[in-house]
Amino acid sequence: MPPAISVTGLSKTFNGKWALNDINLNIAQGEFVALIGASGSGKSTLLRHISGFLAADQDCPSLITVLGRPVQRQGRIDREVRAVRAGIGFVFQQFNLAGRLPLITNVLTGLLHRVPWWRSLPGWFTQREMAEGFSALARVGIADCAWQRTSTLSGGQQQRAAIARSLVQRVKIILADEPIASLDPESARNVMEIISGINREQGVTVLVSLHQVEVALRYCLRTVALHHGRVVYDGLSRDLSPSLLRGLYGAAADEILDSNAAFVSAPVKPGLVPKVAEALG
Amino acid sequence: MSQAVTFTDMARSRRKLAHALAWAGGLALLSWAWNGADMRPLDLFRDFGNMAQYSRDFFPPSFRDWRLYLEEMLVTFHIAVWGTALAIVSSVPCGLMSSENIVSPWIYQPMRRLMDACRAINEMVFAMLFIVAVGLGPFAGVLALWVHTTGTLAKLFAEAVEAIDPRPVEGVRSTGASAFEEIVYGVIPQVLPLWISYSLYRFEANVRSASVVGMVGAGGIGVVLYEVIRGFHYAETSAVLLIIIAFVSLIDLASAGIRRLTI
Repeated sequence: MPPAISVTGLSKTFNGKWALNDINLNIAQGEFVALIGASGSGKSTLLRHISGFLAADQDCPSLITVLGRPVQRQGRIDREVRAVRAGIGFVFQQFNLAGRLPLITNVLTGLLHRVPWWRSLPGWFTQREMAEGFSALARVGIADCAWQRTSTLSGGQQQRAAIARSLVQRVKIILADEPIASLDPESARNVMEIISGINREQGVTVLVSLHQVEVALRYCLRTVALHHGRVVYDGLSRDLSPSLLRGLYGAAADEILDSNAAFVSAPVKPGLVPKVAEALG
Repeated sequence: MSQAVTFTDMARSRRKLAHALAWAGGLALLSWAWNGADMRPLDLFRDFGNMAQYSRDFFPPSFRDWRLYLEEMLVTFHIAVWGTALAIVSSVPCGLMSSENIVSPWIYQPMRRLMDACRAINEMVFAMLFIVAVGLGPFAGVLALWVHTTGTLAKLFAEAVEAIDPRPVEGVRSTGASAFEEIVYGVIPQVLPLWISYSLYRFEANVRSASVVGMVGAGGIGVVLYEVIRGFHYAETSAVLLIIIAFVSLIDLASAGIRRLTI
């Protein structure tokens, strides 16, 4: 079984400044991995390389594969990248939905990759495809908003719609770029519960970038920590103590240790790592 | 301290100099153009009597041939409808191909120059050219409006496309969709209200233009207007002008109403 995500020797500079510096990362299928780091540490940049939105520096021998298929090699995006993207659900911090379209249409964009162009361009979806969209919306709990204009919905509802789009897309991997950073604590918890449910029930691999380490502790067995574009920690989330984080990040550690009331106060579910949560709380 | 004072004094005197130069440049341009434009403001006063006499000839307007005027006004309206409709259809691809966030410079640079050319040449000129190609009549007017309006609308469409939020487009891209699907589901929903508004605005402008392209023989009320002016029938001219004003105002009101609905 090929790894869900494999990144080797990835480096990226923006205007001569290192954004990512020799990243090596392997994520097996079915894992739920947190990517933490202060703002500007390279989390978004890494995720955007994995889905081929950004190309790596051409002068280093980098390779990114997803489920064994190349996304980019030595800074050149693969020709077949669209087929690879079809298997990746990308959840954005700002949801990235078309605000004027009804919610269901935004969700149905998830199946564009397997609809022939003569139906996708005029927007002719079959009954079965529509039903798939509705059941995805029902799964994330917002089926009654299906025909509402997307911009009229709350951030939490829009983010759940973005997850519904990934469900319709029938993805094997979800890359989530700060999916809860723009949400209120209650919606944030709701969104994390849905993502973690998809991971448990459908075995979808999840790589989620997070701003706060408590969230990583609560949901993810494994955490990868970035600092100034380098991987400074890759291991069990429970081994990430505040003192270790202070050692890794110095003064910037406070930014990721900043407590999030909704996650700290919520009852801890079995199977998670209560001891560490206590230590951090 | 004294250094700071001299510094602000210098900045102030530099600004004064720039103002003086701007005024001098503007006045120089106006006086240079005076002779070329054959400016004779005193004639307005000297020939005031002639003009008063001339304006009196326009009243009362003669609506004796109102049936013909209305029929031709309707032809003008039809020219505007078809000229605008064809222009909208061709402006969608041309506008997208002029947008720097959609295509590479190899495509948008030549496309923009082509649109510049369509826009730079007046409808009247195009009408005269098309009359040679397809003969006298409204169809030449339609073709003239089509070409000129495509030049304008494509530019406006492209400006709307270049101002979009890239994030929804990226959202569609992330699903493995093709470039055309990104446009249909990510770009068009964002620009559609603006596109509709621009199209209606161009339609208003085209009803005005269509009444003028007729003057070179491309059909509609313009042909009638040209004939009555040439025949010194000022009472009829006045009636035709009143009909054009009434019709154009009506169209403006209607399209302003529709535009409000779409936004």
